[in-house]
Amino acid sequence: MKLNDDIILDIRRDYVLGKLRDGERIDGRAFDDYREIKIETGIIDKAEGSALVSIGNTQVIVGIKMQPGEPFPDTPDRGIIITNAELVPLASPTFEPGPPDENSVELARVVDRGIRESEAVDLSKLVIDEGEKVWLVFIDIHALDDDGNLMDASSLAAISALLTTTVPAERFEVGEDFPLPVRDLPVSVTTQIIGDYAVVDPCKDEEYASKNFITITTDSDDNIVAMQKSGSYLMGEETLMEIMDTSIKKARENRKLLKEV
Amino acid sequence: MGSEEIRLIVDGKRLDGRGFEDLRPIKMKVGVLKRADGSCYLEMGKNKVVAAVYGPREVHPRHLADPIKAVIRYRYNMAPFSVEERKRPGPDRRSVEISKVSREAIEAIVMKELFPRSGIDIFVEVLQADAGSRTACLNAASVALVDAGVPMKGMISSVAVAKVDDVLVLDPMKEEDNYGQADIPFAFFIRNDRIESIALLQMDGRVSRDEFVQALEMAKRGAMRIYEMQKEAIKTKYITESEEEVNEVE
Repeated sequence: MKLNDDIILDIRRDYVLGKLRDGERIDGRAFDDYREIKIETGIIDKAEGSALVSIGNTQVIVGIKMQPGEPFPDTPDRGIIITNAELVPLASPTFEPGPPDENSVELARVVDRGIRESEAVDLSKLVIDEGEKVWLVFIDIHALDDDGNLMDASSLAAISALLTTTVPAERFEVGEDFPLPVRDLPVSVTTQIIGDYAVVDPCKDEEYASKNFITITTDSDDNIVAMQKSGSYLMGEETLMEIMDTSIKKARENRKLLKEV
Repeated sequence: MGSEEIRLIVDGKRLDGRGFEDLRPIKMKVGVLKRADGSCYLEMGKNKVVAAVYGPREVHPRHLADPIKAVIRYRYNMAPFSVEERKRPGPDRRSVEISKVSREAIEAIVMKELFPRSGIDIFVEVLQADAGSRTACLNAASVALVDAGVPMKGMISSVAVAKVDDVLVLDPMKEEDNYGQADIPFAFFIRNDRIESIALLQMDGRVSRDEFVQALEMAKRGAMRIYEMQKEAIKTKYITESEEEVNEVE
């Protein structure tokens, strides 16, 4: 069984690589093209905010739950963001139930970094009683269908869900409900490095061909707010700068979709 | 991040008196552990870390073995007493992520194909942490791998660049990491005394593209200085050892 799978993987890998050598991708996209992106918000009534994002066949739901809690001792005047990712087994034949593995930890932490470091959520407005009680914002990433690039689908879903979040102050009897203050739109762009080729928004077969990727997240002013090189590979400086420029450009395009949310 | 109350640059100097492109003092000692196949103790400022390499050896559990190459494992672990507030023992999400990206950096330079069905384990313990512990650990791990005699394509030298008070500084210490505007850990693959490529890159904070390019250049210069110290530390061990052997013969 294992061996058969390996052979099929090898055939797929060769196919992906063969196409790239001819300057093509298996689904006909240009190297810097995204698949079609769809964003739907407000799909879970029980959550304070939610979004379903699809990039091609990849689908991710992010739900935001909020509750009052204690602030960190070193930031008594700020709310807290907690990001978690669950790669549930229904999303892929290779995901298994159980505690998060290093890939889901990395996914959650890279999405978290983009949101945190762009200061997209104004945490200073999430204080109920300074030093005692602040809002905890739980960003829960739930992958539904992994056809590649869960990273960007999760990032887009997270910021979309935050944009539509209402702080449930009335439910906890700490004032009136208000929309979550979101002041930036961080957008991540993931590039798969397959041999000598770099392709944006990898589909699953491209991820099978190579586990190596780099995610670059930028804010509305094109500043870089998060980066993660992932995979056992060495990256040349020129390649990195090319990818950075493409990522900034692509993030601008995807940010337009968020403006409609 | 981004707290404005604390000034990190005063009169063109950093809080610990360093210039923008100064490294913290670095100390390295090779072969400090008797049982390990290779080891290195390293201090980088207030960071104190020790790296051990075991292998190539049999892989346990055995089903993890790879018939065509060695399996590399890297465990970054912080001692409970290494930080201000006691850290709960065991891996947290941060250490899981650091272990992953550090392992990947090492995997890219170790000649794994020479050791099918075997495992190379790299354990790094942070005894005291003060920002940049992942870079200190990688520097120590790289030296420990040489000490263990593991064939590699080159060396890994690692250093971070931070942005504090709107300027870039090399090898940030705790205050600069906590209150700075960005932190960018780098690790480079160095072969024949030249930086060939990037083995590890992460970043959080906020920098423009141009600032990133400057940070990269600054990190490369810093990494070359660390590389020289790594080489020196390895030489020192083997020169002393061979002198001892000569003495014994006499």
